[in-house]
Amino acid sequence: MGLTCQSCGKALLNDKFNIKLGNHEAFVIALAGNPNVGKSTVFNALTGLKQHTGNWPGKTVTNARGHYTHKDKEFMLVDLPGTYSLLANSVEEQVARDFICFGKPNATVVVVDATCLERNLNLVLQVMELTDHVVLCVNLMDEARRKGISVDLDTLQKSLGIPVVGTTARSGEGLTNLMDEVHDISLGLKITSPKNINYSKDIEEEIKGLVPKLENIFGNTLNPRWVALRLLEGDQTLLDSIHQFLYTEIYSNKDTEVACFYE
Amino acid sequence: MKNSTLSQDPIPLSNITVGTTVQVLDLKTTGLSRRRMLDLGIVPGTIINVLRKSPLGDPIAYNIRGATIALRKEESSQILVNPI
Amino acid sequence: MSSQTSNPYEILVDIQNEISNENQCKFRDSMVKSIYTQAEAIAEKVVTKSHTKKYDWDHKLDDILTSKFTGYPIMFFLLGLVFWITVTGANVPSSMLADFLFGIESKLTTLFMSVNTPQWLHGILILGMYRTLGWVISVMLPPMAIFFPLFTLLEDLGYLPRVAFNLDKLFKKAGAHGKQSLTMSMGFGCNAAGIIACRIIDSPRERLIAMLTNNFVPCNGRFPTLIAISTVFVGGAVASHYSTIIASFFVCTLVLLGIFMTLIISWGLSKTLLKGVPSSFTLELPPYRKPQFLKILYHSLIDRTIFVLGRAIVVAAPAGLITWILANVFIEDLSILSHMAAFLQPLAHLIGMDGFILMAFILGLPANEIVLPILIMSYMSEGAMLELDSLQAMGDLFIANGWTWLTALNVMIFSLLHFPCATTLWTIKKECGSSKWTLFAAIMPTLIAFITCFFITQLVHIIR
Repeated sequence: MGLTCQSCGKALLNDKFNIKLGNHEAFVIALAGNPNVGKSTVFNALTGLKQHTGNWPGKTVTNARGHYTHKDKEFMLVDLPGTYSLLANSVEEQVARDFICFGKPNATVVVVDATCLERNLNLVLQVMELTDHVVLCVNLMDEARRKGISVDLDTLQKSLGIPVVGTTARSGEGLTNLMDEVHDISLGLKITSPKNINYSKDIEEEIKGLVPKLENIFGNTLNPRWVALRLLEGDQTLLDSIHQFLYTEIYSNKDTEVACFYE
Repeated sequence: MKNSTLSQDPIPLSNITVGTTVQVLDLKTTGLSRRRMLDLGIVPGTIINVLRKSPLGDPIAYNIRGATIALRKEESSQILVNPI
Repeated sequence: MSSQTSNPYEILVDIQNEISNENQCKFRDSMVKSIYTQAEAIAEKVVTKSHTKKYDWDHKLDDILTSKFTGYPIMFFLLGLVFWITVTGANVPSSMLADFLFGIESKLTTLFMSVNTPQWLHGILILGMYRTLGWVISVMLPPMAIFFPLFTLLEDLGYLPRVAFNLDKLFKKAGAHGKQSLTMSMGFGCNAAGIIACRIIDSPRERLIAMLTNNFVPCNGRFPTLIAISTVFVGGAVASHYSTIIASFFVCTLVLLGIFMTLIISWGLSKTLLKGVPSSFTLELPPYRKPQFLKILYHSLIDRTIFVLGRAIVVAAPAGLITWILANVFIEDLSILSHMAAFLQPLAHLIGMDGFILMAFILGLPANEIVLPILIMSYMSEGAMLELDSLQAMGDLFIANGWTWLTALNVMIFSLLHFPCATTLWTIKKECGSSKWTLFAAIMPTLIAFITCFFITQLVHIIR
């Protein structure tokens, strides 16, 4: 069962996200973050020159992938578009959300700017609602120090319930730590317990009513609480994506693949 | 929240002079543009600092939750605020 | 697989439809607020700011760079400075490269002679292909290797969003998207790259406007043309001490004209073919960052310079070959090239140029950087380029072929405004998916270039 599930997921990656795993043993890691937080610096620092760029199928949004090896394991890093949120107002947000939601990466790294943590935590909390396998990378620590801002990473880790690593990607500070955490999360050596967001009473009531119905439909393919929230706020794009990713046959169509591959 | 701020009439953010700090009361927009505002962290209660005008007077840059964001008059006039 | 009575997707749609729009909106506001409240609470717990705040450079810099009084002059000055450094810095390496490459040429010629290569083969390969290549490399490589890192430096510092901030109102007035100033800036490097950058604009209408007008800022393929002609004809007109400064200043003015055209045409399009109101726009002004010099050098040299140069070489080699053939195959008394130039002559005359220049622009469609090499080759009586080791020699050649300052001006303006290169057109087709708009992207700028040059020429003739 594990095997079929695995191959199914990889086929999905290939067909619907235009991501080809050269090595089928590689772990898929998504890299999310707000714009201007040095996400691409983290991406470049980790993958070096082993990069490819293409497009997300059917979207004019650039999709960059890169490889790195850590502790004899191979990781494929997928650079998601920089977004403030995952609530899918723009194509970029949809791409990022769909990849985390349906692409089921082995881990998602959220890069945030240490100098404006509060704004960035918005995205972190949203990613945590979607998946348990999250590592927080607090980047630009040098700039924070220069500006006299200090971030208590331990308390942050406890408050969020996910691993937190401080980095300065341009100098390489903290990157080994980051790779360690990603390794542990991907292999299931470390279990996270992301903190849930508490919503207002009426919303929580509605969620309670919806979750059993959704559990019936999705089993454990999608997080029912999260889907319930999206239904409540009337997010049409998620329904479209559910239709596209879960209930549309996977075709291995070479032609369309070539057509949407832009090198 | 102070009562005195509530008694004042809300002012559109576009009318606030540079250097002032304000608190968001309400958003007048709906639909997509409202979502965009929310994503930027502009919700009732958010503190916004008016930073600077561009050379031609529009857009205006604001400090919103630690980031400098420039908004055109069309958007900022839809955000009702109270100076604090 | 499972044969459920109802599609799960439809169940979800039903559930969602049960919730009223009003409630959805209310829920959404409340959710976003809850998330932010929690983010605030956590941030407050973990972030401490020491209030021995150092000098706030970001604010001070923004005060100067986006000020009502100094914002625009500084933009103009920085642009001019970049050009000036490019022009001054490229001179010496350019002539060194030219000496080196043309030195190899004479060795190659000796080699060809010693093995008794037929005259035509030597002509095609050495006088046609190699010379064009040598010209493209020696004229283009040094300015690119200086211009791209400088431009990337401004990008890396975080200056470009400030440019967008300063110019936004103009773009709004033109009915265009604020991000168009960013895609326009990208166009300085390469218009095709600028077209791809237009993806950041969500609204299809505004994206199309940005794509159709990107061509009005000179790309790196056209800068060498502008800089070379400006150095000879504008800089050459004043004392040598000031010539590079005057030449850079003039190129700057041309760029301003290009930006002006971008705005006017965007305005025209949004009032006619692409009607609509500007969509909402938010722009983040990120903190200034210390640039990473090594990374800038690497990325601008490898990703940009080598890429653009490689493309130019790929195009220049066959173009040089074809031009040589056109210039050396005679029908009756005249070469094919001369026939074609003679055919274009009346039209070219109206816009203050000659048939050879117009011909060079047309043959330069694959890549703008080969326009000057083709023109030089066409002017040579024997149909191949002389050993042009300096810009002055090029200027003398042009003057000998009847150029005046008016010709130079028209060539520069035509180069600035005319149809985009084939790569750019291909990119436009790819990005917008419409052959009709791609055709429009080729014809519209060409018409505008014609009209502008026509008016300038006729006006000068009347005044005289």
